[in-house]
Amino acid sequence: MFDTLSAILEALPYLLEGALVTVGIVIGAMGIGLIIGIHMAVGQIYGNRAVRWAVGFYVWFFRGVPVLVLLFLFYFGLFALIGLNLSAFAASILVLGMTTAAYQSQIFRGAMLSLPRGQFQAAKALGMSDLTAIISIILPQALRFSIPAWSNEYSIILKDSALAFVLGTSEIMARSHFVASRTYHHLPLYITAGCLYFILTWLGVRALLKLEEKVRIPGYAH
Amino acid sequence: MLTKEATTMTQEKPILRIENISKTLGGKEILKSVSLSLKKGELKVLIGPSGAGKSTLLQCINFLLPPDSGRVWLDGVEIQNRRKRDLYAFRQQVGMIFQDFNLFDHLDALENVAIALRKVKKMRRPEARDRAMAELERVGLEDKINLYPAELSGGQKQRVSIARALAMDPKIMLLDEPTSALDPELIGEVLSVIRDLAHGGMTMILATHQIAFTRSLAHEVIFLENGIILEQGTPAELLSPDACTRSKDFCSRLDDLCEEKG
Repeated sequence: MFDTLSAILEALPYLLEGALVTVGIVIGAMGIGLIIGIHMAVGQIYGNRAVRWAVGFYVWFFRGVPVLVLLFLFYFGLFALIGLNLSAFAASILVLGMTTAAYQSQIFRGAMLSLPRGQFQAAKALGMSDLTAIISIILPQALRFSIPAWSNEYSIILKDSALAFVLGTSEIMARSHFVASRTYHHLPLYITAGCLYFILTWLGVRALLKLEEKVRIPGYAH
Repeated sequence: MLTKEATTMTQEKPILRIENISKTLGGKEILKSVSLSLKKGELKVLIGPSGAGKSTLLQCINFLLPPDSGRVWLDGVEIQNRRKRDLYAFRQQVGMIFQDFNLFDHLDALENVAIALRKVKKMRRPEARDRAMAELERVGLEDKINLYPAELSGGQKQRVSIARALAMDPKIMLLDEPTSALDPELIGEVLSVIRDLAHGGMTMILATHQIAFTRSLAHEVIFLENGIILEQGTPAELLSPDACTRSKDFCSRLDDLCEEKG
């Protein structure tokens, strides 16, 4: 028992450093996904046929292939092919970011489509261009309504980030595995890893819930 | 380019002229070559059964629904709706009021009015808010400026939407059944704002079922049915008790319905 505890305590600083790496991957990936996802959602709804087709293809591809395959495909395959020399950390962020962009685009698209059409009409009737109406009227509301689904996506990407281990990114999972295989304290170390993921999920979801409260439109009942 | 055509017309040239507007939606011909014109300060009222094409006509005038064919002139200048800049500039000058208000749900009353001033007229925030405040005062909502649409009654929402349109200094206003979504006790406050506008000389096309209001204020009544203008004339000509017109029949049926409800 004492043995177990000391193993955890000894490894903890090392694992916490890994947690920072994990947080970095998740923030980076979610950020990339947010930016690309919003653009794709707007393109899929308001774009011309070519844009809609391109977004549709992107979403179909990234939702259709396992993240593990994507990580290998891009890191060892495509990135090398185009001469992009990325660190494992950067590659993990990029691949997970592109993947979550596909899912996030559909979150935003759904939220945008759920808004009453009349507000877009009213904005245009005031002389706003489509783009101005989307930026000042549609997105501020759609993004608010996207927070619950986005929080869900965060918890998924957080756990998918453990896969970055296969590229050699030294995040929580990689470090736990490294210590466990040297000290043979498999059970306590993986329990610790699990707890770290659990805490990060809880913190993130809680923060997003706070954000949801903060930006709630007064008087708006659900 | 822009064509000057209305100058050849009579001494009192129309501020808005539309010619031969046609629109087919979902395989159904909603508007069949509708033409009308409006002089400055005129209030024309569109009446007709639901499905007659009143809303479609109003939305074709500011190209929210692009008409299949037909032309629109504002102040003698034909609108080239394929040129985005021209279209946006035109829409700024045409205020539109919707049946279901269409306020921006995420903005309070003041910002609902101010946002187009900032984003379209490029006014600075304090200026825009001052102007918005003035417009909200004009519709009697100076004590509601910080409330959000979900916190306002239907009548208040519609008055915010009128203030929002007025803030853009429109040359004409299109009002698409502005009181149809309101509870009976809230209709009066909105009609009284529209009455003030009419007395102030605002040029308007109003689609409505408020017959008494029409009788007392309209310069001309336009009876639309199945996408064509069936009758057109002063309220006295079309709606007087001894007039033998479809408009009068339609209105007395409406009156009967109101009495039954009351």
